[in-house]
Amino acid sequence: MALDDRKSQFLYVGTTPDRPDGLDKVTGRAKFGADAYAPGMLHGAILRSPHAHARIKRIDTSRAEALKDVKAIVTRADFADVPFAPGLEGEFWNVLENVMAGDTALYDGHAIAAVAATSALAARDALKLIDVRYEELPHVTDVDEAMKEGAPVIREGAADYSVPEGMHPNVVRYHESGHGDVEAGFAEADLVIEDHFVTEATHQGYIEPHACLATLGGDGKGELWCCTQGHWIVQKTCAALLGIETSQLRVTASEIGGGFGGKTTVFIEPVALALSRKANRPVKIVMSRNEVFRATGPTASASMDVKIGMKKDGTITAAEGVFRLQGGAFPGAPGDMTAMCAFAPYNLTNVRQVGYDVMTNRPKQAAYRAPGSPMAAFATESVIDELCKQLGLDPIEVRLKNASHEGTKASYGPRFERIGLVETLEAAKAHPHYSAPLKPGQGRGISCGFWFNHGGETSVSLSLSEDGTVQLAVGTPDIGGSRASMALMAAEVLGVPYENIRVTIADTATLGYNDVSHGSRVTYASGLATIKAAEDAVQRLCARAAAKWGIPEDAVKWENGCAVPSGPNAGEFDPLPLAEITATMGQTGGPISGHYEATPEGAGVSFATHIVDAEVDRETGKTKVVRYTVVQDAGKAIHPTYVEGQFQGGAAQGIGWALNEEYIYNDSGRLENPLFLDYRIPVASDLPMIDTVIVEVPNPGHPYGVRGVGETSICPPLAAIANAVSAAAEVRMRRLPMSPPRVLSALKSDG
Amino acid sequence: MQFHSPATFVEAAALAAEAQGVTRFLAGGTDVLVQLRSDMVTPDTLIDIKKIGGVRDIKLNDDGSWTLGVAVSGAEMNEHGPLRAAWPGLCEAMDLIGSTQIQGRATLAGNLCNGSPAADSVPAMVAACVTATITGPQGERTVAVESIPTGPGLTSLEKGELISALHIPARGENAGDAYLRFIPRTEMDIAVVGAAVNLRLDGDTITEARVALGAVAPTVRLVPEAAEALIGSTLDDGALEKLVAACSAACSPIDDKRGTIAFRTEVAGVMAKRAARIAYARAKGETIEGHHG
Amino acid sequence: MSKIHVTTTVNGDEMEFLCDPRETLLDVLRDRLNLTGAKEGCGTGDCGACSVTMNGRLVCSCLVLGAEAEGAEIATVEGIAQGDRLHPLQRKFIEHAALQCGICTPGILVAAKALLEKHPDPTEEQVRFWLAGNLCRCTGYDKIIRAVMDAAAEMREAA
Repeated sequence: MALDDRKSQFLYVGTTPDRPDGLDKVTGRAKFGADAYAPGMLHGAILRSPHAHARIKRIDTSRAEALKDVKAIVTRADFADVPFAPGLEGEFWNVLENVMAGDTALYDGHAIAAVAATSALAARDALKLIDVRYEELPHVTDVDEAMKEGAPVIREGAADYSVPEGMHPNVVRYHESGHGDVEAGFAEADLVIEDHFVTEATHQGYIEPHACLATLGGDGKGELWCCTQGHWIVQKTCAALLGIETSQLRVTASEIGGGFGGKTTVFIEPVALALSRKANRPVKIVMSRNEVFRATGPTASASMDVKIGMKKDGTITAAEGVFRLQGGAFPGAPGDMTAMCAFAPYNLTNVRQVGYDVMTNRPKQAAYRAPGSPMAAFATESVIDELCKQLGLDPIEVRLKNASHEGTKASYGPRFERIGLVETLEAAKAHPHYSAPLKPGQGRGISCGFWFNHGGETSVSLSLSEDGTVQLAVGTPDIGGSRASMALMAAEVLGVPYENIRVTIADTATLGYNDVSHGSRVTYASGLATIKAAEDAVQRLCARAAAKWGIPEDAVKWENGCAVPSGPNAGEFDPLPLAEITATMGQTGGPISGHYEATPEGAGVSFATHIVDAEVDRETGKTKVVRYTVVQDAGKAIHPTYVEGQFQGGAAQGIGWALNEEYIYNDSGRLENPLFLDYRIPVASDLPMIDTVIVEVPNPGHPYGVRGVGETSICPPLAAIANAVSAAAEVRMRRLPMSPPRVLSALKSDG
Repeated sequence: MQFHSPATFVEAAALAAEAQGVTRFLAGGTDVLVQLRSDMVTPDTLIDIKKIGGVRDIKLNDDGSWTLGVAVSGAEMNEHGPLRAAWPGLCEAMDLIGSTQIQGRATLAGNLCNGSPAADSVPAMVAACVTATITGPQGERTVAVESIPTGPGLTSLEKGELISALHIPARGENAGDAYLRFIPRTEMDIAVVGAAVNLRLDGDTITEARVALGAVAPTVRLVPEAAEALIGSTLDDGALEKLVAACSAACSPIDDKRGTIAFRTEVAGVMAKRAARIAYARAKGETIEGHHG
Repeated sequence: MSKIHVTTTVNGDEMEFLCDPRETLLDVLRDRLNLTGAKEGCGTGDCGACSVTMNGRLVCSCLVLGAEAEGAEIATVEGIAQGDRLHPLQRKFIEHAALQCGICTPGILVAAKALLEKHPDPTEEQVRFWLAGNLCRCTGYDKIIRAVMDAAAEMREAA
């Protein structure tokens, strides 16, 4: 459903060519994190705490060091107390503390020591010979428990200025926002529902474990190969942690086997560099799946209270929410984002939201696809669903009635520019899915979802070859086909075939700084930068034509891949194709390139509406998702097939989160399910086909109207599925995941 | 770790009898390698039994019974039309274990000797009265499979002993078996509860029955009370109700990451009831495809 | 610890290697034979990223010891294309955008090829259950299933 009236102006954008890296990826030749080898390479392995919270009394590495295959061992003592740059002490200290424990192990899986040996087996064997004496400390892994008086303190003094006095030291950030008078709003309502919701931590679940190959010499020069969503942040962080100059560490991003936010920071990379420096040999570290679950970022877990008032006609009079987010043993849980997203889809007169960032003895949370928003939507959209049910109102009509639109003062402050929520709701309402009959035992749920999207620091460089082909260097790792989108946008500007453009993910030494591939920013920001860089090159191409024709530069324009006179007054010249200009560029002024460096600010928020049908087995509590439709505003779909892929992937991850995925901690604070056998992500036979509708309401902040699409797709599923299951089971589900024991127990308690 | 590939069971038993430390036999390896990779169990001696003659054979004996080699994989069992036709419940129970990839390797004997209370094939084997030949330093003996697992990860096999063949009885007339398990997903999970039912009919009336449950006790549980609830009935609602009650009563499960006591106790009856319906239909000559998940 | 000498055939080529008895076939393929197409996603047989066939049978190479490869015929993703001619599955995966990050793709291609050799005309349900041991976190499987079905249709037409 293209609402973009400019669609016809595009020649390449909006088409669906094969991805440039397709061949590499179907033949096994694409090099991912663990696929790099270096001469003389050692294998690293990391010893991890078996305790949730323990003082490290002593680390004795002597037995391991005595092994002939062992070439280096590092502990925290090998990360000298590097003076971090002013303003970054806290951030880097947290990262350092997470990659290698100081005096206290803060969670099950926290790194304690590391070994480099001549083989992976030898390194693993050596770990068994490192003796660590721990003094176990009381621990806490639940967010509500961690906020209670008397809860074990993870770290004194970790809270920032935002936390009101009198709160537990585990509360480290506080957010409050909103407008209007919620109490007055609730008083106007015909029905007010307040309810409590809980979500467990889930893991991003990328199939590729973290892997890196590091070389660092005593001269402070290093090379690092790793799977990451952003190699400049890896460069900056590792350099700081190792006490070397940023530019002396060249980081190359491998092909990345999924990230979803989880590969936006460092875990093993500084450790491999430290081992390499000590052994003076390249060191490769590849995490096991167990390590990925125990020691990399899962998402935050949440405990939430949401209260909404509604009139009989469906008008929302007020909304209020309290969101407590647990983010592991360090600050960073997205209490603020959760709160800010919670009511963003709605045009509210009275709204107030509070978010808490709470520390516990769990691994440091990392971003996971729209961090905070899916949980927030689960709480808010469940309450709206219940209000609709009790007032006998159609859930889409009620959302349309209250939907945010251009000019709405957002629940989190600013006024929305052109947005597409209403369009997604209208498309959902018109979709055959919404009116299809349900079978007995089935329920239908819908939900809206919101995400901010992000711009971020971006550099792109584009250079032309003599034969008229194009080399495009971008700095955002390609997680889901972004090379194709970049090539399409460059082709659009230059007017050269898509196939003539080679897109490379440049290393840190060959391009300016780029933020991580996160915040749904790649197609937006790297895309915008690609367009601008291509336009920069076009300007130079036009200048060459102008010089050749002997007319002013502004008398030349670019059309269909050729320089042409800009109008009848400019003179009569045959169109000069790009390849003809580049063929002689060595003689006409030298190489032609285009560049763009900036921090684009117009990312453009995005909205989605999902429809889901679920079937509940009343004897076992098992849920089957039988039909799923994603409707989302993409602004402009550059490569529609990969946009659909983002929609479908977000929905599938949401289905896993809603139904079966969860971090299960036992009474000792140990993670019970650090493997794919028991951390149950959806398998092929669990899912139906996932239908998609691409709505295109152009983003005014992007030349082609692009909005990021990667994250919004995971915002509605938790709530949409909970609403469907609640309808099918005829009992409100308030806790995720809605695993069969929970659903059966809910059925029993209500039946 | 020492790695051996003996050519006979006698040789394998001798190697195991003489070995020091931890010994494991390697058939499909789908449990042994997981334990090795995660440093849970690193055997001092690993004895690959797949080079022994006949370990991949599926043999139909003259009396209608079957002899299975210990390295027959789940995939090979399920590709064997006559075996699958005779014992669909047993074959499906094996087929439910893990993925297509796991099916290429996993074996009945391995599933049995791993000693998991949640092993899918074991309730089906117990219901089917499968027996095992054990070869050891003292020679051979044959035992009922239910006597082999003695607790989570434990078996009654003595040092030097290994299973050298499995025997499935003749199917006979008017009989059918079925196995169902409960898992949260549709594939790839360990059974939260498993139920196997093996029946014989005379006309519409059940004359013989065996019911076995998995994942509800430290070992797979044969439930005679559940069988009694079925015998003499035509699988009417009353009989099914008694079956459900008997199964739930036979459960002494644990709370763990995969399920709760209450859930397992409840769903054991549900699985048994559903499996009984399939077994009954099969005994009546209907072809019922098993259910994944 | 003494190493084991193994002679095996990988994608039709005879190969020899020495390995520790604890090394898996996956370790050997990647670290000793330079065939990094098979990936380790879990090491416990739960993700299928390391799928290969051994003597024609689909297996997780992380659950096979290197020593067990003695005398076996191994096939990996690197052997699916014939020279410069891609297998229909490979073409259809690119055409349908059946991969996003691509880490699960080698294992899924090996598994799907094994499926189509056994069931040239699979139902959607058959494809889904056959591939249940191949985790993909990016796509929601939709486009993977479509690519496999489309490749199957093309292969049936060509046969």
